[in-house]
Amino acid sequence: MGVLVTLSHLSKTFDSGLQALANVDLQIGDGEFVSLVGPSGCGKSTALRLIAGLTKPTAGTISFPAGKPEMGFVFQEPTLMPWATALSNARLPLDLKGVARGEANGRARAALEETGLRGFEAAYPRELSGGMKMRVSIARAFVGRPKLLLMDEPFAALDEMTRAELNDDFLKLWKAAGLTVVFVTHSVAEAAYLSTRVAVMSPRPGRIVADIALGRAPTPDPSRRFSPELAADARRISDALHGAMKAAA
Amino acid sequence: MKELAKIFVPLLLGVAVFGLWQFLVRRYQVPVYVLPAPGDIAQAFVDNFAALMAAAATTLKIVAIAFLLALASGVLLAVLFSLSRVVELALYPYAVILQVTPVVAIAPLIVIWVHYERIELALLILAWIVAFFPILANTTIGLRSADRNLIDLLRLYGAGRFGILWRVQLPGALPYLLGAMKVSGGLALIGTIVAEFAAGTGNDTGIGWTIIEAGRNLHIATMFAALALLAAMGIAIFFALSALEWLLLRRWHESALAAQG
Ligand SMILES: Nc1ncnc2c1ncn2[C@@H]1O[C@H](COP(=O)(O)OP(=O)(O)OP(=O)(O)O)[C@@H](O)[C@H]1O
Ligand SMILES: [Mg+2]
Repeated sequence: MGVLVTLSHLSKTFDSGLQALANVDLQIGDGEFVSLVGPSGCGKSTALRLIAGLTKPTAGTISFPAGKPEMGFVFQEPTLMPWATALSNARLPLDLKGVARGEANGRARAALEETGLRGFEAAYPRELSGGMKMRVSIARAFVGRPKLLLMDEPFAALDEMTRAELNDDFLKLWKAAGLTVVFVTHSVAEAAYLSTRVAVMSPRPGRIVADIALGRAPTPDPSRRFSPELAADARRISDALHGAMKAAA
Repeated sequence: MKELAKIFVPLLLGVAVFGLWQFLVRRYQVPVYVLPAPGDIAQAFVDNFAALMAAAATTLKIVAIAFLLALASGVLLAVLFSLSRVVELALYPYAVILQVTPVVAIAPLIVIWVHYERIELALLILAWIVAFFPILANTTIGLRSADRNLIDLLRLYGAGRFGILWRVQLPGALPYLLGAMKVSGGLALIGTIVAEFAAGTGNDTGIGWTIIEAGRNLHIATMFAALALLAAMGIAIFFALSALEWLLLRRWHESALAAQG
């Protein structure tokens, strides 16, 4: 398994003097589903933005051994253009790459269908429910066939049922697309259900304090949510998290 | 039912007021040079129809050009502001100064500068000054209120400064701009009329001048007719711009949603 991204000795201090990340080391392999969990404000979003190249590190490096991959980003909010239809929203990355309109429309339509939004191509965001908007956002992230998908608490604003549903639908997409995912979440259970690996961060300034390989391929199987294995995994993640918080206090 | 009431209740009130007005003026034989009855005003309107229409057309032309200039320059400057903080820092204070100085006070100066023979140009400049600022201020805010995450997303997908402007900032500023246009359309009309009054010369043939002249000659009924026409123009501008707003926003913006109930 090749390495896709390597963060080494990564630190980020903002202009305000606030240090968000201190010496983060993390390697993400091709095809992994890595969850980042950590207390609020520990720099998870900052880490994602660094990987995406949206801000620059103060120290350390981010390297892509196999070349910079095509990336997608999903935020906690759907972050759609309210003046554009679901189809135009999903098409955005292709439009920016200059893909011809006809082809772009076809691919965006396919991406919407994959996320379960067939028939809603012409709908405007305000005509969609929260879960459907998130699906458009995911379709948009998938449409350019990225190699690496960065997700910042994408399902946190949804109710539990919608969230579970989207978890499963997303796992199917992940498997089918052979994608690598870095997934920020506050939910230990969600991390345990979705990931192949969980990186636990300390309170600010954030460091990786535990790197837990879950040693299995996550499957979209709701019955798994209440399995003893998953409970054990959640327990390990939770213990590491509380250990980190206690150490900082 | 509610929709009908919205039209008929004010209409009914109007008819009642005009009826009472007509009745009282006739009953107490108020001289026509003090307060003409609605009938007299209608008569004056018919008698001076051609002149009034010509004056309205002159004024409307200036209003339209001033408004379009204000729209273009306001949006352009707002875009420049959003592209360059330095330009904004340098120019914004002057835009504010232009805005807070009463147009009546600048009018004589502008009229002198462009000469009396070109009074229409003076009116145009003055109306533009009044109409310009709301467009600039609102568009500037609109361009700045774009969703930061959406902008980051565009950057991630390789969009440049202009791509972001075109795809996210300008569409996002549209509701702000359309709101400002409703204000500016009315202001352009007010600015033109005020400028006509301030210029106070016979070279001009706009509706403002019609009012001044009718006043000087004590043709009060004509004055009222011109006033009514002026009000009608203001209302027409407002409705036209509201319709444009509705057309452009109805599918996606919350303000249009609220209107639909
Ligand atoms: N642009 C910025 N300028 C200054 N400080 C910032 C900036 N962005 C984030 N921070 C600060 O850096 C710290 C880490 O922020 P970040 O958003 O990465 O945390 P997080 O782990 O994602 O938190 P949460 O779980 O609440 O989303 C916070 O204290 C935040 O206030
Ligand atoms: Mg965050």
